[in-house]
Amino acid sequence: MFNAKYVIPGIIVFAGLFTAPFWINMLSPKHEKVVVELPAHPVTFFGEERSQCIEPREWMAANHMELLIEWRDSALRENKRIYTATDGKKWETSLQNTCMACHSNKTEFCDKCHDANSVNPYCWDCHVIPQGNNNEF
Amino acid sequence: MNSSRRYFLKVASLSTFALAAGAAGTKAAGAEYEAYPEGLKAKRWAMVIDTRRFQNPESMRPIIEACHKAHNVPTIPGPKEVKWIWDDTFEHAFADDPSPLLPRGIEERRFFLMCNHCTNPSCVRVCPAGATYTTQGGLVAIDYHRCVGCRFCMAACPYGSRSFNFQDPRPFIKELNAAYPTRMRGVVEKCTFCAERLEKGLMPACVEASNGAILFGDLNDPDSVVRQALARNFSIRRKPSLGTDPGVYYII
Ligand code: SF4
Ligand code: SF4
Repeated sequence: MFNAKYVIPGIIVFAGLFTAPFWINMLSPKHEKVVVELPAHPVTFFGEERSQCIEPREWMAANHMELLIEWRDSALRENKRIYTATDGKKWETSLQNTCMACHSNKTEFCDKCHDANSVNPYCWDCHVIPQGNNNEF
Repeated sequence: MNSSRRYFLKVASLSTFALAAGAAGTKAAGAEYEAYPEGLKAKRWAMVIDTRRFQNPESMRPIIEACHKAHNVPTIPGPKEVKWIWDDTFEHAFADDPSPLLPRGIEERRFFLMCNHCTNPSCVRVCPAGATYTTQGGLVAIDYHRCVGCRFCMAACPYGSRSFNFQDPRPFIKELNAAYPTRMRGVVEKCTFCAERLEKGLMPACVEASNGAILFGDLNDPDSVVRQALARNFSIRRKPSLGTDPGVYYII
């Protein structure tokens, strides 16, 4: 390669500077893992007290947005409002009446992670936040 | 040159595969969707309003309130009004009726107006976003997530059934029903024939609040309450000449 001894170090320096915000943050002592507040009490669904999330926790953390979109489409377009989870349990496909029945503390659950990841979903422009935990609507 | 090109193609195709596999992996294995078994089903939902039972406008208020409360419909005075069900005079409701000399009883009567859930809905034909569509039993629904607020549907609907949210509706909702969503600024809304209640085996909120003066059922089933009521009484519909085939019948 022409002028490799300048170009390659140049690329390395550029890549380092470009990604600086990420690794400076990761190495800094102030860096911490996001801790969300998990529901404390079981809630009754389909006549049964439940304290487990519909799918495993890691899967939910990574995929809840896609699941919600699937729920929306199956409820609104196909009139199917019951979701049978991987473990065979049935749930109503509703952000407001299923998810947020347990995760009623939006500030300490939804917002914590969304803020840390700098995403700004507009779910709650329409879906009502359970009252009593938040000072919002 | 050739070999590095081959290498590039190999890597590119492998990474495409990996991406596709990763995307497929986000589906929860074994998850399935079904409808509520108690849900009410029909080939063609229709509503029959016995207008003789609503001789004074006061008797109509509780029904409008039942709907608006259940669905978090805001009360906004003036031209930015949002409404799912309302009432008006014969002249306004049945604008193409030629007679200027109506009997007094009809002249003074008020008529419930709402979305007709037309068989040929002009609103659905014009929506560029696929946000409004016909679903189970001929219901015309809106997916607010999809609505881009162009208001084509409002221009297309010959009945003025649709309202636009010019502003955040929440400050105008007196009593919030925490089990139902609100809408947001910039989307269109209207009566849904209570799809969410039908799917759980319940009759629409207005029907329940009407003491039998509003009937609801399957127009394709000759034994249904709506067919029986239509067989025994003279009824009219709004602007039938337009060919939308409205699903709301008025017994006069
Ligand atoms: S009444 Fe208007 S909004 Fe309702 S289905 Fe007919 S055209 Fe669409
Ligand atoms: S306002 Fe919304 S529902 Fe109406 S035509 Fe436009 S995108 Fe469709």
